[in-house]
Formats: sequence, structure tokens, C-alpha cells
Amino acid sequence: MRFAVIQFPGSNCDVDLLHAIRDGVGEEAEYVPHTAESLDGFDGVLLPGGFSYGDYLRSGAISRFSNVMSEVTRFAEEGKPVFGTCNGFQILVEAGLLPGALQRNENLHFICKTVELEVVNNQTRFTTEYNDRELLTIPVAHGEGNYYCDEETLAELKANDQIVFTYASDNPNGSVENIAGIINRQGNVLGMMPHPERAIEDILGSSDGLRFFESMVKNFVKETAEV
Amino acid sequence: MKILHEPTAEQIRDQKIYAQWGLTDEEYRMISEDILKRLPNYTETGLFSVMWSEHCSYKNSKPVLRKFPTEGPQVLQGPGEGAGIVDIGDGQAVVFKAESHNHPSAVEPYEGAATGVGGIIRDIFSMGARPIAMLDSLRFGELDNERTKYLLEEVVAGIGGYGNCIGIPTVGGEIAFDPVYRGNPLVNAMCVGLIDHEDIQKGQAKGIGNTIMYVGAKTGRDGIHGATFASEEFSDEEEAERSAVQVGDPFMEKLLMEACLELIQDHSDILVGIQDMGAAGLVSSSSEMASKAGSGLILNLDDVPQRESGMTPYEMMLSESQERMLICVTKGAEDRVKDLFSRYELDAVTIGEVTGDGQYRLYHEGRLVADLPVDALAEEAPVYHKPYTEPERIQAFKKLDAFIPDIADTEETLKQLMQQPTVASKKSIFETYDSMVRTNTVVGPGSDAAVLRIRGTRKALAMTTDCNARYLYLDPEKGGQMAVAEAARNIVASGGEPLAITDCLNYGNPDKPEVFWELWTSADGIAKACTTLNTPVISGNVSLYNETNGEAIYPTPMIGMVGLVTDLDHVTTSEFKQAGDKIFVIGETEADFNGSELQKMQLGRIEGELFDFDIDKEKMIQDKVLQAIREGLVQSAHDCSEGGLAVALMESAFGNELGLSATLDMPSEWLFSESPSRFVLSVSPEHAEAVKEVFGQDAVEIGKVKDTRIAEIRTQTEELTIDVKEVKDLWEGAIPWLLKSKA
Repeated sequence: MRFAVIQFPGSNCDVDLLHAIRDGVGEEAEYVPHTAESLDGFDGVLLPGGFSYGDYLRSGAISRFSNVMSEVTRFAEEGKPVFGTCNGFQILVEAGLLPGALQRNENLHFICKTVELEVVNNQTRFTTEYNDRELLTIPVAHGEGNYYCDEETLAELKANDQIVFTYASDNPNGSVENIAGIINRQGNVLGMMPHPERAIEDILGSSDGLRFFESMVKNFVKETAEV
Repeated sequence: MKILHEPTAEQIRDQKIYAQWGLTDEEYRMISEDILKRLPNYTETGLFSVMWSEHCSYKNSKPVLRKFPTEGPQVLQGPGEGAGIVDIGDGQAVVFKAESHNHPSAVEPYEGAATGVGGIIRDIFSMGARPIAMLDSLRFGELDNERTKYLLEEVVAGIGGYGNCIGIPTVGGEIAFDPVYRGNPLVNAMCVGLIDHEDIQKGQAKGIGNTIMYVGAKTGRDGIHGATFASEEFSDEEEAERSAVQVGDPFMEKLLMEACLELIQDHSDILVGIQDMGAAGLVSSSSEMASKAGSGLILNLDDVPQRESGMTPYEMMLSESQERMLICVTKGAEDRVKDLFSRYELDAVTIGEVTGDGQYRLYHEGRLVADLPVDALAEEAPVYHKPYTEPERIQAFKKLDAFIPDIADTEETLKQLMQQPTVASKKSIFETYDSMVRTNTVVGPGSDAAVLRIRGTRKALAMTTDCNARYLYLDPEKGGQMAVAEAARNIVASGGEPLAITDCLNYGNPDKPEVFWELWTSADGIAKACTTLNTPVISGNVSLYNETNGEAIYPTPMIGMVGLVTDLDHVTTSEFKQAGDKIFVIGETEADFNGSELQKMQLGRIEGELFDFDIDKEKMIQDKVLQAIREGLVQSAHDCSEGGLAVALMESAFGNELGLSATLDMPSEWLFSESPSRFVLSVSPEHAEAVKEVFGQDAVEIGKVKDTRIAEIRTQTEELTIDVKEVKDLWEGAIPWLLKSKA
């Protein structure tokens, strides 16, 4: 598979995603600038973490107007894999491709540490390689990861099994129902605050993120083959 | 027009306006009589005043800096450029430098710290290197007043705010607290970069007719005279210095960094030189680039991108607006540079050209507003050989009896010691820094040194900052040696071989002979240790005048060291790994309490004659520890420093939730002695004999790691049973508790 890693001005986890795809799961990944008009030739799109446009207005609020976002939206509609981590998640939410909002962390501080993440839905195309309710060791690094949505949206997320990851023991940011990552109803757009791309090598502390990318490659490839 | 309101050359002379900018009468006389043979105008006087400040010219510290060894087979670039460079083999090199931002941080802590981070990052990428890590060495007063708490919180927020946004991991550093830093907190930032030899750049403007281009953020009125400001003392009456602090924009710097690295890597055919506009902004970068190349320069100030209207030449030249770089490119290549930078939505503007006559000429609105020999600005500031005198305290300290601690309850003393903010866990602080971005951090904050792997190789870099200024206060020379030795000990404990150092020399007012003596003699100590440990000084900076109301800080030469880990298998951390492993103490323990954390805790001050230190023995011990690590004999290694053996043992037990059982043939109070040149190692049982062979008499087996979180420690005088979890909670909770409690 061939993945586009979008570089918004201020993205800084782009290199991490690129290596997760190339070195972690041995697939192709290329940087694509935010000005790109087309994502033709790619099978999936990845939105990296960072501080796009400095997060000066509100995380992701400016990036969602980037040229490339119409293509990201097209990918979402066509059922291709769209994944956003950290700032990428914030952009997906701002773009309306995922519901809810990400507020400042409850303690108002940036937080970088390894957290215990629970896989609450291992039936998505991003999580089949995990066991149900499996606990993962994955880093977080964000200042605005406090997921919020209204009661109605929360009920829908639950009814449709759209909550994919939750913080298991220690909620670092105060998010609603310990939500760490969600998926759209079609099951091809996933956003999460934690960084699976930072957890693909034991020497860096954990390789629990590897199976996230393995799931994605396996299931979306299979799907393409079936079509 | 605003320029008409500037004082005339005669007014500057008659009213001694130059003195307000820090120039002495004699310096002004040299400029007007010896160099220009006429009176300097307003702009020219301003240029000299910043370029001849201590911060830019090192006029007071040059004779001190000459003591340092700066060469070695590993050194590719020593002091004098944006940063030093050390070879690490395979065509790669490591680039690093530390810089102080003490004065700005005392006034405006968030922006002071943030722009300190931004400035040192520019120094690294201006050399052509990709910045890979940041470390921060901080000093504050005691956390018993709201002002200090505010300073700490804002400095930490500023470091995180800048580093997290630009996406360079903050992986290490240290924080210590002593009352002397209350009015003068120290904020020293170190950046480490990685480079291929062929990408190494120089800050030079050469080739007659070549083009000088300005790239990055626009110039505003912020930070004017920041460099002079950093060379003055504070007093309570002068608190209104706010205008001298710059404001940082890490997003802008991220774009600038990526654009500059692309220019360096893909357009080396047109790039002649590149330099950060740091302290003293445009004048410093441009005059240094020309002077280094033996060139002259013409700058057209009307073309300088400006954020505000009506800026005078003086303001433009001295502005310390952040996120700006000056580059020299071959004539005709301007459009290529503009195209490249426009992709990053950045300005790239031609503002001048290189000349061959060694003159520095500035034009503004069609007028020649400065015409000076460039070397006079950049190279010919007077050098002062300051008088120095041993402070009276040193002799008085020698007459005092050695401090004997008063310990009624050893366990209670340990608990108190673990909660001293200098010893206590800094986790609540470093967790606000992104320490993992770019996915190379093998060992992050909290261990002896941080370790970053070099992607695509088996190699890694270990890095640390250290300085126990209390030792320097008692004995600057020995303390200077010990600062370098401690940094090396941290590198070695992490599995690295020390390569070289950078430093920030933080001292009081050098016009005082006692302060200059501290600087002078501590430099001897640093130089000796660097020679013995084979770690030349490749870069650094000097921060003097760290005084408030006449009270100087402790002499605080922060040492930033980088080491090479030749194989990832050698990476070692401080925490015990497995129950049953044997614990060894390497090095001798004696009753060394003068200058210790325990003395400070019990007396409320430090005093006395500093205990013995032998740099040759230190080197021997370090070599053996590195040998044992490289032979795969060591499970964990921890430097024994502030708080002594008891603290080192507890910290070793914390990480993996283990305990220990140990018997120490010493009185209980020696658990807190700070005898130098010691390590705590844990070793799996099958390697215990091999370790004894490596160390001989320098290793003492004291016990083993246990799987319950209890520390059983037997001394000559008692048997202690300590709840490790309880102590860890106190250790981790101390700083958050101090920050929350009301003064």
C-alpha cells in the first residue's frame, strides 16, 4: 500500500509516521504538502501530530482549510483509510470528519508520558490485530487532548461502537468517558490523541503500536482485493 | 522624520550618552580617536556599544576562555562558530552548544526561556545540522515564595511551549535550588544536532559582489539592547527593563529551520554562509560574517523587512526580533532562494552585498548612516585582564571544623533529603516537555543522561548537563573539575564515552575581584578536568553580572556534555532491573559533608573546606565502569551525587518498583556523604566475579536487589527497613506540593 503523510506547516510527527509505515510495516509512505491538489496514486492518508499553524488559533482550526483537505474528505467518503493522530485527530475533528471537539487538557499543561490504553473495539479495520479489551502501552504528548462531545453524540458513539480506545487507568487530559480514540460510522476514518507511531520499537519503550498499522494494512488491502 | 531627533555626535560625547549604553570613557575614546578618527554618530555608537558588550565580545572573559583545551582528534569545529562539532565516525558528526538566557528570564520568564530555546536551536541548524534534542539546566531560589514559584512555572512553560511546538524533544537537563538564585534565576539551554560532514556550514560573507539575504521573521522593536542588558546587574530600582525582552514564535522557527536545512542540503552550490541573528541581531551576524571572511559589507536598511513603521537604523540594527537568519549566496542565485523560502511562506530579501574593502557601510533613505572598519566592530573590542582576589570566605572556610551531621533518625533524614527540591523528582516538570517526538529517544528525562539513537546505525548519543555550584562556592577550582567529572560520570553510567563539552559560565559581576577570582580559578579546574577526561570545550557562552542588590550567585559553570554510545547494547539506565542482581558500590565513601545537600538541609547554608577530589582517580573509575558496561556485565548504573549513597540506592530502586537488601561497613551518616567518583551498579549474579575482576579494590559488593519494595540497609550502627514506595511518593510529590503550598 502507498500512504500519503500530509505535511501541514508546523507538523512535527510526520517523520514518526513515515518511519512507522516504512520500517514498521514495510509499506510505502511519502510526504505530501498541505498545498497538494490531488492524492491520486495513494491508498490511504495519514495526518501527523504537531502544531500546525502553531496551534495559534485553535488546534487544527486553520489546517482544515488547507488545499489537501478536500482530497482527505474524498478519501473519507470513498472508504479509504484516513488516520489522524494528535494534531491530526484535531484536524479531522475540525474538518467535521469525526464528531466532537478537543479542548485543553484539564490541568492546562502539556503532558508527555506513556499511558495504558484499552482497546474497547477490536472489530475496526485499524484494530483487528489486538485482543478485545487488550491493554496497550502507548505514549501521549499533547496540550489539547481533552475530548468532548454532547450527550447525544456520546450516545451515538456508544450505540455504533465508535469508541475505539480509552485511557485504562489514568486519564491524562480529562476527556469524556476516558475517550482516547474514535472512528467514523463507516469505519475508515480514525482519530486518536495517543501516538501509536511512537510505539513500534521495543528499544524506544514499546512496540504495542505496531499492530495498529498492521491491522490497517491487512484489512484495507484485503478490502481492496475483494473489490 | 524620526532620525532627526537622534542626538548628534557632539551631544553623545558631551552628555556621555554612550555611557548609558555601557561603553566606558576609554572605550569611547578608542572608537573616536583610534579607530574612526572622528566622532561616531548615534547609529555607530549603538553598534559599538552592543558589539563591545561582554555578551558579544567576551571582553572580560577572553583571557579566561583561553585556558580551555579546545582541540582534539575528534573536534571538527571548536569555539568561534555558531556551535562546535565533533566527529562520531561514518561521515557523521554531532553539533552542540549551550547558551544562557538568564537576564531575560528573570524579567519575563516565559518569553525569556522560550527565546533562549529558539536561539540555541538556530545556532545548531545554522551549522547545517538537524537539531535532535534539547536539554535545560535551571537554577532558582527556594520554592518558599510566590515570585520563585512563578518564575519556575513560567520558565518551564516557556521551554515546553517552544520546544514542543517546534518538535525537538526536550530529553534532559537538571534543576537545582539555592537562595542565591532568587533574584537571578539561571536558564541555560543546550541543543544537540546531527550532521553529515559534507553539510557543515560556516557563518561567513565572502566573495566580492555576493548577495546578503535576510530570511525569516520581520524586524520589530523588540529586544533592542538585549545584549547590553545581559551584561548589567539588576537592582530593585531598575525593574522597568521590560522592553529588552524578545518574544518567540516557534511556528515561525519550525518553518525557518526546515527552509534553511533544505537550502543547506539541496543548494550547497549557491550557499556561501549562514548565521543566526541572535544577540545584537543584524549588526552582530552581519559584521561577524564579514569579519570572519576578511570582507566588507554594504547593507541597505530600507530593504530590511520591518514589522513596524518608522524604525531607525539604530533600531533595525540592534533589534533582537527572533526567528531571523542572515545568509550569503552567490550573486544571481537570489531567485532560487526566494522560491525556496516562499514555499515555506517566509520572506527572503536581498539587503546587501559583500565588498572587498573591510568597511561596514549602512545606507538608510539614501544616506550613509554608518561607515566603520568591520574588524573594529567584530574583533577589536578591548580585552580586559581584570584584577582578582581570593574572597575572604575561602580562608574562613578552611578554618572551620568539618561539618558533622546531626542525625537522630536516619530514616527520617533520608525522607527529608529526598524531598529537598534539588534532590526531589522533576517528573512533574519534564512530563510537560515532549521528550519523544522524532522517535529516537531511547532514554528520556530522569536517568543519568539522556540517550538518543542515531537512526540507521547501531550508535547512540548520550547527553547531560551538570554543575554542583555549591562545591564551586567552597572551592571554585576543585568544584570546576567536579562539574566536568559529574557530567562525564553521567555519560559513562549511560554507556557512553565522553566526547566533548559545551558550557555556560554563569557568574556575578566580574568587576569585583572576588567574582573574577571565582571565574579565573574555576576555569583552571574545568580545563584540567577536560584535559584529563579528553573532553575539549567546543562551544559555550558566558553570562556575567548575575547579581541582585550586590549579591552574586554561586559560581555556576554549567557543563553540557555529549558522549558516544558505540552500540545500542551498551545503553544503560539507572534503575535496578531484576531481583537477585548484586549491588556494587564503586569508589570510596568517606565523611564528606561540606557542601552537601545534607549540610544545606541541616544548617540552612553551606560552608567549610571542600572535600578531596582526584581527577585522575575519577578517570580511572570511569574507564572501568565503561569497560564493564561494554563487556555486558552491568544491569544498571547510577552516578552517586547530591544526597549521597542513600539517595542513589533509593533512586535505583524506584524505576522498576523493586527493593534491596544491603550491608554497608560505615556509620549511618555516611549514607549521605557526597564523596566523589562513585557509582552504584547492579550486576546479574553470573557476572559478579567478572565485575570484581574489572574493579578490584574499587568495588564493594553491598547486597542485592529484592522484589519487594523494601530497602533493608544495615550500617555499622543500625538496621533500617525502609518502605521504598512511601519514599518514592514523597520524592515525586515534593515539588508539586511546594508549588501548590502557600508561602
